[in-house]
Amino acid sequence: MFGWLVWRDLILAWRRRADVLATVFFFVIVVSLFPLGVGPERETLRTIAPGVVWVAALLASMLSLGRIFGNDYQDGTLEQLLLTPQSTYMIVLGKILAQWLVSEVPLVVIAPLLGLQFGLAQNSLATMVVSLLLGTPVLSLIGSIGAALTLGLRAANVLVALLVLPLYIPVLIFGTGAVQASVNGSSPRPYLLLLGATLVLTLVFAPLATSAALKISVE
Amino acid sequence: MLEAVNLGCTRGDRRLVTGLNFSARPGELIELRGPNGSGKTSLLRILAGLSAPAEGEVRWQGESIKSLAEAYSSSVAYLAHQNGVKDELSAIENLRISSGIAGNALSNSEAQAILDMLGLSRQQSLPARSLSAGQRRRVALGRLLSSNAALWILDEVLTSLDDTAIRLSRRFIGDHLANGGLAIIATHQDLDLAAERIQRIELSR
Repeated sequence: MFGWLVWRDLILAWRRRADVLATVFFFVIVVSLFPLGVGPERETLRTIAPGVVWVAALLASMLSLGRIFGNDYQDGTLEQLLLTPQSTYMIVLGKILAQWLVSEVPLVVIAPLLGLQFGLAQNSLATMVVSLLLGTPVLSLIGSIGAALTLGLRAANVLVALLVLPLYIPVLIFGTGAVQASVNGSSPRPYLLLLGATLVLTLVFAPLATSAALKISVE
Repeated sequence: MLEAVNLGCTRGDRRLVTGLNFSARPGELIELRGPNGSGKTSLLRILAGLSAPAEGEVRWQGESIKSLAEAYSSSVAYLAHQNGVKDELSAIENLRISSGIAGNALSNSEAQAILDMLGLSRQQSLPARSLSAGQRRRVALGRLLSSNAALWILDEVLTSLDDTAIRLSRRFIGDHLANGGLAIIATHQDLDLAAERIQRIELSR
């Protein structure tokens, strides 16, 4: 049942791949604007790179949040999903997993290429990928709470940003911290461990909050 | 057996239904009637377990559906105003995926058989976006037929269906009741169903 749900969302994303591509291009463009705006000084670029990539990832992931439940809510399939014998927790988890695979994994894949523009060394790029791999699921998980709460509201996109961006701050700090540490030649390990802990914590609790929010929104 | 005990529902500040009591046994049909805005859909959503009643409770086999939760969902099929059909998926994909998610996966040929029965065999691989309103409704009916739920909750089931499809859905509902199923149908039209027992609930504004 869980497999069918994830499969469904992957097919739907493939049939509407323009939406997904828009997110990826947004990420690429935002990150690429900084070297143009700040100038080509290597040292400056290297210092700002972790923050720029991570902030762009946060913003790009915000763009795809509305799609987690929005389309299903509009055509009535969300109700049907909630009426399946599966627990809401698993449905939410399946939808978040699909959203992460579709909208966040491409960002993780493309990030090292963008990091090259900032003159990051290989080990820093590797740290960036690992930190994004640990951090982006947290973005999807926390974001799903906001997406569920604002379902069917006008100006939902702006509201989601206001609700969710403050909650992203720990991820931003740990994520950039890891890459920064590796740029400065120290160990990114403590930051990565903290990111991992955040991931475990949100993996357990965020779907609960999202399920509760969904039930309120659908009612 | 489905029971409603002292059920009440509100929409915003307005009380739509108060103190509604009924019970239905297998094979029984409940026809829900009332003018627009009298709370038919709200009531059906409560019976389906999608929203909570303002007062009272719904019981299934003697237990409150709130405590049954997902166990109740497996005995209910709900056809709402919205079809719950995905535009990007073809008719057959819609059917197979929704039944897969609901835990009773259909094989390709089983899904095809259902679509044949509904007269959609020629359109089965078109994306639902290019189907007409009536054809989408038929896909939604297909979902109903593929579920093995004992309780069917149908909201205006006959909207946008043509004569053939109306006759078909009458037959399906009749068969469902004859096999010991239960159905609750909100409707404006006469259903002319040959059910053993029919209860009419009239909602007023």
